[in-house]
Amino acid sequence: MSPFIKKALTDIRLNRFLNLVTIFTISLSILVVSVFLLFFENAGRVIEAWNQGGRAMIYLKDDFTMDMLPELKERINGLGNVQGLVFISKDEALDRLKKEISSSSFLKTLQGNPLPDALEIKMKSYNSLEEVEAFAEKIKAIEIVEDVEYGQGWLGKFLKIFNLFKITGYAMCGLFFLVALFITSNTVRLAFYSRKLEVEVMRLVGATETFIKAPFYVEGLLQGFIGGILGLVILLITYLMFSSGMTQGVSSYIYFDIRFLSMKTIGLIIFVSTFLGWFGCYLSLKQILR
Amino acid sequence: MNPEIKKNSIIRLFNVSKRYNGKFALKDINLDIEQGEFIFISGPSGAGKSTLLKVLYLAEKVSEGQILIDGMNLARISASRLPLLRRRFGMVFQDFKLIPNRTVYENVALVLEAAGEKPGYIRKKVMQVLRTTEMDKKAKSLPPALSGGEQQRVAVARALVGEPSIILADEPTGSLDAKSAQAVLDFIMEYHKKGATVLIASHNLHLLESSVRGRNIEITEGIIKRTATML
Repeated sequence: MSPFIKKALTDIRLNRFLNLVTIFTISLSILVVSVFLLFFENAGRVIEAWNQGGRAMIYLKDDFTMDMLPELKERINGLGNVQGLVFISKDEALDRLKKEISSSSFLKTLQGNPLPDALEIKMKSYNSLEEVEAFAEKIKAIEIVEDVEYGQGWLGKFLKIFNLFKITGYAMCGLFFLVALFITSNTVRLAFYSRKLEVEVMRLVGATETFIKAPFYVEGLLQGFIGGILGLVILLITYLMFSSGMTQGVSSYIYFDIRFLSMKTIGLIIFVSTFLGWFGCYLSLKQILR
Repeated sequence: MNPEIKKNSIIRLFNVSKRYNGKFALKDINLDIEQGEFIFISGPSGAGKSTLLKVLYLAEKVSEGQILIDGMNLARISASRLPLLRRRFGMVFQDFKLIPNRTVYENVALVLEAAGEKPGYIRKKVMQVLRTTEMDKKAKSLPPALSGGEQQRVAVARALVGEPSIILADEPTGSLDAKSAQAVLDFIMEYHKKGATVLIASHNLHLLESSVRGRNIEITEGIIKRTATML
C-alpha cells in the first residue's frame, strides 16, 4: 500500500468524527443529486416511451357486437396516428384480471362480467399532451366508444412536475454540489489546523510540500468516493422499498417500469463525488498554504 | 568584523541582522563554524539565541546579511530546495515538538519517510536510534504518556535518525531535570564525536560546564559579546 494511502487511512482513523461528518454530508448531497438524476432518467424514459408511441385503451359500450369491429377499426385507423389496434374482448379482459389478482376474494363475489370490450391502441409519436387529448376526443366522438383512457390524469401532472423539476433540479444539483464542496473544503481546513503541529514538524524535518499535501488529497478523494458510494446505497435501498408500488401504478397506462440509475450515471456520480472531495481539498489547501 | 575564513567551514554568517517590528533580534552577526565543531550559544532569555538558530534552518528570513550552509546561500534557496536544506539539520526543541497522536516510532520514522527512504531501512534505522537513546521499549507509546525526559530523548532520536551533518538544539534541556538533561546532552555529544557539527542554544551555564571541548558564543541583545574556547 502506498505510504500516502496508509497515512491518509491513519489520519481518517485518528480524526474519525470529522471524517464521518464529511462523508455523511457528501453522501447526503450525492443522495439529493442522485434522486434528481433518478427522476430525470426515468422521466426521460417515460417521455421517450411516450414519443415512441404510448398505449391507450378504448372502452366500448355494452351494445357493441363483434360484427361492428371491422368498421370501428377502419374508422379509428382513418383518424391517423395509429400504429396498431388489438381487440380485447370482455371475456379476455376478465381472464387477464383473474390471472393478475387470482388470490383476491373480490373475484369470488363477482357475478357476471362487469368489464367492457376494449381496443388497445398503440399510437405513433406525439409531441404534446394537447395533441393526444385532441386525438382521444376524436375517438370518443365515435358512437360506440364509451371512454378513452390514456393516463391523462397522471400524465398531465407528470409533465407539469417534470418541467418544474427540470428547472429547479439543475439549480438544486448545483446548490448541493456547492454545499458539499464548501463542507469538504472546511473539513480539510479543520483537519489541517488540527494537524498544524504535525505539518510544522514535517516541514522542519525536510518534508516536501507534496509529501505534506498528499495525505490530505488522498483523504479528500477517499471521503468523496465513500460519500458517493454511501449516497448511492441509501438511494438504492430507498428505491427498492418504493419502486415496485410505483411501477404497478404507472404500468397500467404505458409500457414502463421504474429503473434504478444506469451504470453510466452511477459511474458519473462516483466520479463527481470523488472529484468533489479532491476539489474541496485543493481549494482549501490553496487558501491555507498561500 | 568579518569571519575568519576556515578550510572546513560548514556555516558562515556575514553581517546577519534580524529585525522584528524594527527592533533588532540579531545585529550584524559574523560567524564561521567548522565542520565537526561544538558550539554553545549562551546568553540571557531574549538575547537572540533562538533567532540565530531559526535563521539557520530558515524558519525565519534574515533582514540583512547572508548565510552560507555548506556553500549554499540561504538567500537564494528556492522553496523546492528548502526541504533538502532542512534534511541536513537535526533539530531539538525545548517543547520537543512531537506529534501527540503518533507513536514514538512514527514520530522518529517521519524524518526518513519525508526523505523518501524505503520501509525496510526506516524500520531498521528507527529501531537502532531508539535503542541508542534507550527508547526502544517505548516505541509504541504515544508522547503524552512519556515523561519530559523521555519525550526529549525521542526528540533527540528524531534529530539523529536522518544522520544529519548539523545538530541544532534550542534549549534542549530547558524543561528537564538534571539527570534527564545530562542524558540528552550525552546523546548529542556522542553523535558529535562521529563528526557532526553541533550548535546548542541555552541560557543554562551548568550545561556549558558539562559540554565537550568547543566554542562558547555569548549573545546579548542580538550581538555577539564574547567568543571563548571551552577546554
